[in-house]
Amino acid sequence: MDFGSINPVLLIAALLVASTPILLAAIGELVVERSGVLNLGVEGMMIVGAVTGFIVTVETQVPAVGFVAGALGAMVLSLIFGVLTQVFLSNQVATGLGLTLFGLGVSALMGQQYAQMRTPVSPRWEFFGLNETPVLGPILFNQHPVVYLSLFLVAAVWWFLRSTRRGMILRAVGENHDAAHALGYSVIGTRFAAIAFGGACAGLGGAFLSLVIVPQWTDGMTAGRGWIALAIVVFASWKAWRVLLGAYLFGGVSVLQLNLQAAGFAIPVELLSMSPYLITILVLVIISSDRRRASANAPASLGRPFHASG
Amino acid sequence: MVRLEKRAAPSRVWAYLTPVVAVLLTMVAGGLMFAALGADPLVSIRTIFWDPLFGEFAFYYRGQLLVKAGPLILIAIGLALGFKAGIWNIGAEGQYIMGAIFGAAVALAFYPLAARWLIFPLMVIAGAFGGFLWAMIPGILRTRFNTNEILVSLLLVYVAEQILAWMALGPLRNPDGAGFPGSRNLRQYESSANSELIAGWGLHWGVVAALIAVIFAYVLLSKHLMGFHIRLTGESPRAARFAGVNPNRLILFCLGMSGALAGLAGLFEVAGPSGQISIDFNVGYGFTAIIVAFLGRLHPIGILLAGLLMALTYIGGEAAQASLGLPAAAIQAFQGMLLFFLLALDVLTNFRLRIGREARV
Repeated sequence: MDFGSINPVLLIAALLVASTPILLAAIGELVVERSGVLNLGVEGMMIVGAVTGFIVTVETQVPAVGFVAGALGAMVLSLIFGVLTQVFLSNQVATGLGLTLFGLGVSALMGQQYAQMRTPVSPRWEFFGLNETPVLGPILFNQHPVVYLSLFLVAAVWWFLRSTRRGMILRAVGENHDAAHALGYSVIGTRFAAIAFGGACAGLGGAFLSLVIVPQWTDGMTAGRGWIALAIVVFASWKAWRVLLGAYLFGGVSVLQLNLQAAGFAIPVELLSMSPYLITILVLVIISSDRRRASANAPASLGRPFHASG
Repeated sequence: MVRLEKRAAPSRVWAYLTPVVAVLLTMVAGGLMFAALGADPLVSIRTIFWDPLFGEFAFYYRGQLLVKAGPLILIAIGLALGFKAGIWNIGAEGQYIMGAIFGAAVALAFYPLAARWLIFPLMVIAGAFGGFLWAMIPGILRTRFNTNEILVSLLLVYVAEQILAWMALGPLRNPDGAGFPGSRNLRQYESSANSELIAGWGLHWGVVAALIAVIFAYVLLSKHLMGFHIRLTGESPRAARFAGVNPNRLILFCLGMSGALAGLAGLFEVAGPSGQISIDFNVGYGFTAIIVAFLGRLHPIGILLAGLLMALTYIGGEAAQASLGLPAAAIQAFQGMLLFFLLALDVLTNFRLRIGREARV
């Protein structure tokens, strides 16, 4: 066992990368849940994003096109969820689960011929040599563009929900859809837009996983990250900035356990591999045990179907 | 304009009809999907739904039907109890794994003692207990700390998979296995084997347990006070509280029961069809059982039929893989599609389609 082989600067730089897929999926799901919809299909949307992003990158050899395709692919899947829950008024929990099961099947079907392939590596940004700065360079100025995009999205969602008219309408729809409807806002339209945004974010996160982190296509490669993203939204009490904290906590744990595995730490590899899931559960327990706070922050219409009865 | 109008009471006709229509629509959509994959749609549908039962090799496939349906029904019955009450245990896959590990560990602890009368019943108890224990984690976290049981039960699946890998490579590995991962084969150990009761039928103790579970759940839901509380809580949580239903007890009961049944399914699988604890022991029965529960309308008899149908898609999928070269994942997508159609059609149970403008009241 050798802790000396773990370099803290590289660890933090890797943490930012490892947490990006979850950050993206979680910030998308946060918007969906703030509009009053519970989409449990994040895992399915992520994996479809991962496979479409990968396939399109293999075919076009342009990673940027792959990322866009990953986002679009998952968005299409999220619209199935939108139609079922918003038009056909289906149970959101069951539909979300169905989306995950379907997404896992469809992605395995789509990706079966791409399992052994490689994609071109998309370059990281270097900020005109700032990446050479000691300590801060590798962490802040030498990341993949999508890492910066994810941070930008967190800030944008925070600003959108807090300061824009549409953001407030979205929150109104999530808090009390009957009142929002009575005021003349389109409940279904708002929710559709939120669901599509959530799908695109999850797909982008999935594509980041298959194009940058792994980078390869394997069946079921999201390995529960979509579910962890859902847990992080609860952990964040539906606040954009706290999603950042939750995602980095998860990223930190998963990078650290990988480093401990590599350093030959004397506990079974399997125990280290399960630690991110256990930590997520622990964090959920701590957050939700404060009953008053947990229920005060949840959007009041979360998971309730809306039907304008006249 | 097509509008939806809320029905005063759910339509009984549509409640029975939606699963049938959903299956038919899935066949059409699935046929299109198979055509897109380059297979003849009609031939593939026949290969999946007809040939395993009545085709040339039906004598082989028919036996497989019960082998696959057993665990699906056993798990789905437990899940349906919770789903009815709005308690979402979606981590049955993990409870299934833990049941198998607990049961196998008991058998391996006694190996090579020949005392089936003692060992097999002990395994059954240990299997149920393993699943129960694993489901109690989300149960207690929910009742004590108000933690969302959907997320906890699901996240624990990944933990259980890691424990499974650890067991297969470490503590439960076959000492005479020349270093290969995986435990001793429980089917070859006379005291633990869960073999076919009637040769060629695929009827093992797990299938018997599934049938008992169906009857048990039917009696529970229609005759017992607990069943009434479950239905009441699902339909109106507020009314249930006024009626004196203790929500925490109900949560623990539903999660514990579904966990124990999933654990049993895992035990019967590891001692029978699968035979050993290995890294790839679990094949997703715990997730497919969710579809079975919904397709069966959360009703025990419905689940029995839905379990058989889902088992058929598994077997037919394998047959289509062998004879038409359809990928295995196609069946998984097919099953997911079935759930979509079912959920979409359910709107007809609670709403009426009205064409034209809103009528004056």
